[in-house]
Amino acid sequence: MTRHVDAIIVGGGIHGCSTALHLCLAGMKPVLIEKDYAGRHASGVNAGGVRQLARLIPEIPLSIRSMGIWERINELLDDDCSFESHGQVLVAENDVELEACRARVAELNALGFTHEELIDAAELRRLVPAVADTCPGGVVSRRDGAANPAQATTAFRRKAAALGATVCEGVPATNIRQRDGLWQVDVGADSYAAPVLVNAAGAWAGRIAADLGEPVPVETVAPMLMITSRVPHFIDPVVILRGRKLSFKQFANGTVLIGGGYPATPDQDRNETVLDWRSLAISARTVFELFPVMRGATIVRAWAGIEAKMRDDLPVLGPSARHKGLYHQFGFSLHGFQLGPGAGAVMAELIVNGGTQTRIGDLGIERFHPSISQS
Amino acid sequence: MSAAPKRDSYDVVVIGAGPAGLAAAANAAEAGLSTLLLDENAGPGGQVWRAIASTPVRERDHLGADYWAGADLVDAVHASGAEIIQRATVWSLDRHLDIGISVGGASAFVKARRVILATGALERPFPIPGWTLPGVMTAGAAQTMLKSSALVPDGRTVIAGQGPLLWLLAAQILRLGGRVDRILDTTERRNYLAALPHAFAFLTSPFFAKGLALMREVRAKVPVVSGLSELAAAGDGQLASVSYVAGGRRETILSDLLLLHQGVVPNVNLAMAAGIEHRWDDRQLCWSPVLDQNGNSSVEGIAIAGDGAGIGGAAAAVLRGRIAARAAADALAPAAAARFAPMSTIRASLAQAERGRAFLDTLFRPAPQFRIPSGDTIVCRCEEVTSQDILDAVAIGATGPNQLKAYRRAGMGPCQGRLCGLTVTELMGQARGKSPQEIGYYRIRAPVKPITLAELASIPKTEADIKAVVRG
Repeated sequence: MTRHVDAIIVGGGIHGCSTALHLCLAGMKPVLIEKDYAGRHASGVNAGGVRQLARLIPEIPLSIRSMGIWERINELLDDDCSFESHGQVLVAENDVELEACRARVAELNALGFTHEELIDAAELRRLVPAVADTCPGGVVSRRDGAANPAQATTAFRRKAAALGATVCEGVPATNIRQRDGLWQVDVGADSYAAPVLVNAAGAWAGRIAADLGEPVPVETVAPMLMITSRVPHFIDPVVILRGRKLSFKQFANGTVLIGGGYPATPDQDRNETVLDWRSLAISARTVFELFPVMRGATIVRAWAGIEAKMRDDLPVLGPSARHKGLYHQFGFSLHGFQLGPGAGAVMAELIVNGGTQTRIGDLGIERFHPSISQS
Repeated sequence: MSAAPKRDSYDVVVIGAGPAGLAAAANAAEAGLSTLLLDENAGPGGQVWRAIASTPVRERDHLGADYWAGADLVDAVHASGAEIIQRATVWSLDRHLDIGISVGGASAFVKARRVILATGALERPFPIPGWTLPGVMTAGAAQTMLKSSALVPDGRTVIAGQGPLLWLLAAQILRLGGRVDRILDTTERRNYLAALPHAFAFLTSPFFAKGLALMREVRAKVPVVSGLSELAAAGDGQLASVSYVAGGRRETILSDLLLLHQGVVPNVNLAMAAGIEHRWDDRQLCWSPVLDQNGNSSVEGIAIAGDGAGIGGAAAAVLRGRIAARAAADALAPAAAARFAPMSTIRASLAQAERGRAFLDTLFRPAPQFRIPSGDTIVCRCEEVTSQDILDAVAIGATGPNQLKAYRRAGMGPCQGRLCGLTVTELMGQARGKSPQEIGYYRIRAPVKPITLAELASIPKTEADIKAVVRG
């Protein structure tokens, strides 16, 4: 049986769920199709960083838009998503790195962005007392913070469903096709048809784009994370390093999340990753050097979520360059979680209004296909 | 025996030195394969033959003939040339057969051409009200103390539950002069009827005579109450009393120690972390790995033997260990393998050893009220998550154990679900009207046993690491 809906969203990560919710808020009835369950992959198992800090310039307006939504997330979702705002701090470990921080903040200021602030050694010590004494300063983004990623993703799904979205979990979307101006997708024995199709399939989105004639330079990656046993409270903000791959966050219950982007080997057809312990050992060494308080902690668990990384590390967000009614929302390249609320809002505006006030012009898929015009 | 591995790769790495692991390691090494046997205890033997080489219990009758049978197999491993490392914790195993091992506070990696997992069994969770109070322990923990240190309870002791180990432990405690005040048997009466079709195989199995003798020995000395329908432990910060309902009558007895046991289930954490496929076993009410007749799992190169492959007891474990070793030898050293007993002979012996198992499984199938708790009974003790907490999470959309992690942190403590996983699966299944297979299990992540950050930080750098930093 074919069911007619207003939009079909493929992918139940935070992006697909956020777009589903925002379409519902705009009065549409979308269907969300997720082959596993909402938040099964990167959206549910990432570090939960809600970060404007250290972003590539073309995505900063989207990040700022998203931050505004995060700060009122409870009003939107009736769920606080465990969002906490204690700032995020980028640590410079030497003077060369501090100079690079200074140049970066100056560049942002010249563009009119003020969320990143250069800090000296004294302010760094005030924000992160446990950091090694040799660090000369860094950058802070004070409104940043962190949330519980699986809780947030499922909260978007739940609210979207409450407002009328149909959520199909556990069955993949197959046989995606356009017929008589309608997008049609099979979900098990059912089919859905809609004038709008949103490709928010994360690590699986590149295949969908390629099948629809818009191949993009994307790879499947699986950044690793590990979490420790509880240690006494010693740090509030999320900390990232300027020069080495490390991000670091302590939760209210005392456990510490250590990330930084060393990759596991993904096997997306098996929904599996194989961890690279020798790389995790490098992260452990960095923490060992920088935070002596952590040396006795135990590593309880390590994992990696599967996601898509673009060659230029920028997401693909916006209408298709080839097909009417097709929209892409993928390739968030290890930093998509914070963008989820804003990207869903922007996507709903693109679909419903045909445009958005948020500057996303550099994120379109046409950057990879300069010669193709919409059919 | 607690040094780091001598080599960085082996033909066969056997994990666990219980009956299955000892047999597998001895046979693999005898076939000329370079063999490493890793075990996390101080000495070989696993749980059933715990402390076989060092127990202070000298009177052989106290532990029984089945216990001492392990000594021969330990001698065989020592003679075989297998490298044995005790106090070695395997904390990671992946589908490339890379094995992360912690020995003496330092970690190393070894590679294997074949891995034989012999990680044995765990006691099934017994989540009754008050089961987390000090003074409540598992029967297995009590047996560990008994075998390793000849320690037996001397306070007011109640043993509650069911299954062969329960009676064996009671007998061992009594023989060593310990105290058992009462046995509370939770076996459901209807199970006797359900098990009847399997009774012939059981009556002609070695389990029968042994079990009957044990029960007779214990009943002569300890009052036994049967047909429990409710059981709870109570006390203010320490066990003070045990209350139960049997035959419609509620009774409360003062107690200093409550030993709980309702059977054992495969210890699947390492196998699951390696990505091996498991299925829900409806008869044994647990997850069991999907294996072929040689014990090979869904991950190429990893076989599973012993109770980790499905509960079968020590005699079956030895034979499954032999089968897995024989299969490894067939693949890696076929000429040497031809000298051993043919596979068909070992399989016939295994079928014999497994006789009576269906009867035991059916008779000692734990009752639902002792597997699936309600209200404010704790389910996940690491994170103190109650049954009601889990039902609340289901109500807001948690569909399986992995979403429950995000909502309630259940299963995210150091035990990674070993003490709550089965309860969570069955509880969520009941709440959602789904089978345990549909609900699924926690995704288990390495390190399967925690290691310190300092230990991970000191893993030697390799050429590849240095390149990774430069690429940064």
